[in-house]
Amino acid sequence: MKYACLIYDDGVPTLDEAEQKQIHADYMALYQDGLKSGSIVVGEGLERTDTATTVRVRDGKRSTTDGPFAETKEVLAGFFIVDVPTIDEALDFAAKIPSAKWGSVEVRPLWSPGA
Amino acid sequence: MEPGRITENDAERLDLLFRSESARAIATLARIFGDLQRAEDAVQEAYIEALETWPAHGAPRNPAGWILRVARNRAIDLVRREQTASKKYELLARLESSANADPMTNDETIEDDRLAMIFACAHPALAPETRVALTLRYAAGLTTEEIAAAFLVPLPTLAQRLVRAKRKIVQSGIPFSVPAPAQMPERLADVLAVAYLVFNEGYRTSQGGPLVRVDLCRDALHLTRTLVRLMPGEPELLGLHALMLFHHARRMTRVNERGEAAPLEEQDRERWDVVAIAQARAALAEAARHHHPGPYQLQAAIAAAHATAPSWDATDWPAIRRAYDALYALDPSPVIELNLAVALAFSGEFDEAMLRIDALLEGPLAGYSSATIAKADLLRRAGELAEARRWFERALPSLASEAERKIVERRIAECVSR
Repeated sequence: MKYACLIYDDGVPTLDEAEQKQIHADYMALYQDGLKSGSIVVGEGLERTDTATTVRVRDGKRSTTDGPFAETKEVLAGFFIVDVPTIDEALDFAAKIPSAKWGSVEVRPLWSPGA
Repeated sequence: MEPGRITENDAERLDLLFRSESARAIATLARIFGDLQRAEDAVQEAYIEALETWPAHGAPRNPAGWILRVARNRAIDLVRREQTASKKYELLARLESSANADPMTNDETIEDDRLAMIFACAHPALAPETRVALTLRYAAGLTTEEIAAAFLVPLPTLAQRLVRAKRKIVQSGIPFSVPAPAQMPERLADVLAVAYLVFNEGYRTSQGGPLVRVDLCRDALHLTRTLVRLMPGEPELLGLHALMLFHHARRMTRVNERGEAAPLEEQDRERWDVVAIAQARAALAEAARHHHPGPYQLQAAIAAAHATAPSWDATDWPAIRRAYDALYALDPSPVIELNLAVALAFSGEFDEAMLRIDALLEGPLAGYSSATIAKADLLRRAGELAEARRWFERALPSLASEAERKIVERRIAECVSR
């Protein structure tokens, strides 16, 4: 089954350089492991929310606004799509995502027609 | 059931027999489908066939095996008709290989299916109240009506909760499997939490009405007994089983003839269930052999000290206090600190106990009736009756059960009359 692991940060903690390096190394290790075992389909980090642009179409008319759709404390910071047998492996994967230590990871199955 | 015409009595007996014997088929098919609803649909088809054939020919000699065989054949028909391409052949292969493996004679498969069901029902991806409802329905075999009545939830609400849960199990891929060893401690803890919650709901209901609802206690005990058989050598499971049995042993004396929640010191120890106490002690001793203590074993040790004391005056308070100290070190929660404080008071450290209870009442346990009553009772024992009465009166409005209200009313009267 395919799952999205949506990574939410409520503000990355203030880290010194060594800690930042460590987190980066942890992410890379997780990514390499996941690619090798075939569990990761894709994984990406997102730029900060102040780079976001929101688009809506209402009555055929497009509106474009600066910034994210909603101001929330927890912002979507990145995601993985994993392909694993059951939710147990998806939850194990989510628990290994470094950001889970300060933010949170929402695990959701991908929608599939007829399932 | 005699062959021939079906009477109303027969129909009722068929219904009961079918219900108690269909759990195995549901567990086995749920594991194959990964879907409780599909398993139930197939078993429902078998029920229709049972209605047609059992009254005429008598119930089969092995009803559970019959139900599984018929339900599996119906499941194969259903899959052939409904499913699309790839999954269809995968499911058919699994259904057919399970038929060839003949789980009727394979005890290990049956027990694995039961365990897998228990772990799926208590899966951490489900909300706690949903875990309880699913476990009671599919691991303990209660009907939806019985669960709704036990938890005073409207039937449609509970039915809806079960439907949503079954859908989440399928859509989010919650597996029907026994967890891997690395996950086992955590997952078993979730299962034990469900069993303990059911037991506590029976033992000290939060819903008003009678103080003890023995049937829920029995369901919880049945669940832990099954688990002990399926997973021998799990110390905390044995500890929880012992804890429940020690409490269950006192079920006859918890409410006295005046309808009051009877204080431990007034209970007639002759009426405690000696068989349950012996079973509890054996389970606790078995747990201790693993030298891996945990919260349930410590709580069982405390219950053991009470259940095995020949009289209230002979209660080994220092042992109880030591167990609470160890428990508080593992789980420093306010409720455990309250119990520790009471044990301190009975071990002769009255002033220290009062200080701790006061701190709890001003902090995390403000308005918590057990804390208010504990303080009132210690004051009563110390002879400070006016102050004791004030605290008993404060607890009164928040008590859900009639039996608890009655004993507190008696205490208030005693504080006045003396």
